[in-house]
Amino acid sequence: MNTLTIDTSTIVASVAILNEEKLVGEMIINHQKKHSEKLMIAIDHLLSDGGLSIQDIDVFGIVSGPGSFTGLRIGMATVKGFAQALNKPVVGVSTLESLAMNIPFAGGLICPVLDAQRNQTYTGVFHFEDGHLVRDMADAVMEIDDLIAFLKARNETIYFLGDGLPRFSQILQEAIPTARIVPNYLNMNRASSAGTLVLERALKGETSHYREVEPFYIRPSYAEEHKK
Amino acid sequence: MKILSIETSCDETSVAIVEDGRKILTNRIYSQIDIHQKYGGVVPEIASRNHVTKLPYIIDEALAESRLSLAEMDAIAVTNGPGLVGALLIGLSTAKAMAYSLGKPLIGVHHIEGHIAANFLQYPELTPPFLTLVVSGGHSHLVLVEDYQTFKVLGRTIDDAAGEAFDKISRVLGLGYPGGPAIDAAAKNGNPEAIAFPRVMLDKTRYDFSFSGLKSAVLNYLNGKKMKNEAINPDDVAASFQLAVIEVLVSKTISCANSIGMKTICMAGGVSCNSLLRKMMGQAAAEAGMTLYYPDPILCTDNAAMIGSMAYYNYINGEESDLSLNGIPGLKIGTRQ
Repeated sequence: MNTLTIDTSTIVASVAILNEEKLVGEMIINHQKKHSEKLMIAIDHLLSDGGLSIQDIDVFGIVSGPGSFTGLRIGMATVKGFAQALNKPVVGVSTLESLAMNIPFAGGLICPVLDAQRNQTYTGVFHFEDGHLVRDMADAVMEIDDLIAFLKARNETIYFLGDGLPRFSQILQEAIPTARIVPNYLNMNRASSAGTLVLERALKGETSHYREVEPFYIRPSYAEEHKK
Repeated sequence: MKILSIETSCDETSVAIVEDGRKILTNRIYSQIDIHQKYGGVVPEIASRNHVTKLPYIIDEALAESRLSLAEMDAIAVTNGPGLVGALLIGLSTAKAMAYSLGKPLIGVHHIEGHIAANFLQYPELTPPFLTLVVSGGHSHLVLVEDYQTFKVLGRTIDDAAGEAFDKISRVLGLGYPGGPAIDAAAKNGNPEAIAFPRVMLDKTRYDFSFSGLKSAVLNYLNGKKMKNEAINPDDVAASFQLAVIEVLVSKTISCANSIGMKTICMAGGVSCNSLLRKMMGQAAAEAGMTLYYPDPILCTDNAAMIGSMAYYNYINGEESDLSLNGIPGLKIGTRQ
């Protein structure tokens, strides 16, 4: 089963092709948000370098959120377009669980933190058990202080990763003695991490129809939040 | 040649299938107007959220209604500007993925050129050259269409678009959003001569528009009445304001056509649904010996059929877009980047 997974949830644009045997190929660009211009060209290159065509893809994976609203929709609209044109199923995975998949051998808690602006973070808490990702806290948007209070009480080694680190790593390390910051090359979004979950779920038949899969924003739009 | 076209530049999610640029096989439009009404205008983030959710359904509806399959499409077309960038990107990302999956050409279309092409759908006999007045919530342009690919902007608004002025005045009069139909309806019960609002003609030898002075004049009038505790008649204000806008649009259009010796005039865009504009432009064109065309209201508002029509002419003239096609909020008429 060939899967093609797209992650445009943050400034990183990433695409990966995976099947049961191997990671066929992956592209990660951590530069500028020009996802709309770059994404299809990256997919085209990756497919042709991997000796595949788009018709060879059996399941489309999408990192559905949380993250940049526009970024999430570029990836989602692209995946829906593929799935609708080719009549193939879709698997959506959380940006946060995908990040946790970057560090499967971390013995301790894994806490991805995305910058949600306004001193808030999109975050979740995970750990690995017998090689499987286990969730300790549902994805949420939180004040950084609330996250710190929650994690301090756990008194365990906690690995932090994600694009919220430039903003929050200092305060996290100061407040939580057991905090560990994941090095740069492992702390950003990679479509192969999401793709591993996509493949697992697709093999179990946990797929969605292109009309059902939706971005997972967590936050309502600003206008809805501030509606009198 | 059958083209599946997608339009998501503002708050309409629309998908059409058009044959050879002239024949509409289906034109599905999902309007989000009810959703945005309670905010008094289009909220870009909410528009984008609805586009990404609705678009696959609208594509399926279009295919079902036309009894065609995606495999029978010869190309995929999409609006790539101007418009709300987040909204444009939904149609664009979907169109690119579909064209790539089907191995069919991708054709980017300019939204305003699409509005102009709406006339081709309605009038089989209409061919360029002609002069078009494009008036909508975001645009007020006088465009000379020399041929299917050559557009010359001869006049444009230097401040507010005509539709924008309708929206603002409608809001202050408490008539609701969108302002165009609301003012049109209220004006029918009012006296257009009740208040003498200014007609801003700018330089008589140029064909640019300005509506911000008129808007200020209406606001000043309303404030003045309020200060004096005098009642106003919203229908009279609506009718007088509308007449001031329409007189400028008609007079600039006719004098522009005269100056270039053009005997064919088209109208396009949402404001060209306005009943007084249709009536007065019709009279003025007849007096000047000109032929006037304007599409049915359904083709004046944002729709994908007009995009499919324009896409056909782009394609047969050798224009095809590549996978890097981007959404450009301020895309200029006659350009692609």
